[in-house]
Amino acid sequence: MEKKQDKYPINHIIGFALSITLTIIAAWTALSSDLPVMWIIIAIMALAVIQAGIQLFMFMHITERGATHAPWNMMFHAFVIAAIVVAGSLFTMSFGFTHDHGGGDHEDNSGGAESHEESHDDHEGH
Amino acid sequence: MSEQKTDDVALEYSTHQGQMNIVGFWIFLAAEISLFSTLFATYAVLFGRTAGAPEPAELFEAGTVLIMTFILLTSSFTCGLAIHNMREGSLKGLMVWLGITLLLGLGFLGFEIYEFVHYAHEGATIGSSAFWSGFFTLTGTHGVHVTLGIGWMIAILIQLKQRGLTAVTTRKVFIVGLYWHFLDVIWIFIFTSVYMIGMVV
Repeated sequence: MEKKQDKYPINHIIGFALSITLTIIAAWTALSSDLPVMWIIIAIMALAVIQAGIQLFMFMHITERGATHAPWNMMFHAFVIAAIVVAGSLFTMSFGFTHDHGGGDHEDNSGGAESHEESHDDHEGH
Repeated sequence: MSEQKTDDVALEYSTHQGQMNIVGFWIFLAAEISLFSTLFATYAVLFGRTAGAPEPAELFEAGTVLIMTFILLTSSFTCGLAIHNMREGSLKGLMVWLGITLLLGLGFLGFEIYEFVHYAHEGATIGSSAFWSGFFTLTGTHGVHVTLGIGWMIAILIQLKQRGLTAVTTRKVFIVGLYWHFLDVIWIFIFTSVYMIGMVV
């Protein structure tokens, strides 16, 4: 059983270095870059998916076989369901709605959207 | 990287029971993904509904969150090294690396408790608003999982001390390793979608 793996855990070291690097890139993108907010969100979510892949493939040995294999297809479907649950909830509950806390103009959608945009701009000052 | 491992298998795969347990645990993890997806969805929908309580961008501290992330990533790495040592047949190496993983897990938990207490002092508790309910439920559920993992690891370390490397103990170590890496996967998504996006938006 010893001969099957390298003496040196090279996969783990690569995986660890990659995950630290990706975290730093994500933090830099979110906190220090001047990208538009939507692009930041897309970029760091993509980095998170890559990181999850690193954990699954380099640390959790998801491709490894005993006599049966790890049910990687089931994990894949779980991630698909998770994406549908999150995106679907946002779509049904939040898409097209705004929620300004101060104003009493809830019936006026366009006005609400404007004040929401303004509060976004304020936060970028932090 | 490991496709050629079919002819002779590692000790934890050596019994039918062990193989079934490992497959079963993967199924459990798939269910856990679904559980956390509902909490992520709740948090995302309630985002910004702070109802007069402090805004997330005011409270989230990039430094603390990055330290927590690095601690957890490192613990996932040391946990991987523990499994590596186990496959080499080194009980001592396994126990040392598992012990380091345990300490890093405790460190993470310490930071999380500090963070929650700090937020509570600033007026953001689980009861303050819909947003903070979603936040504390999501991060709190992850924290409970970490706490459980720590207790589980302690129990397994005691068993390893008593029984050494057998088909049963190696299977248990491998499964707790899967669990620990999985917690890291969940934390990466919390780090990204809760803290990073919370500080940007």
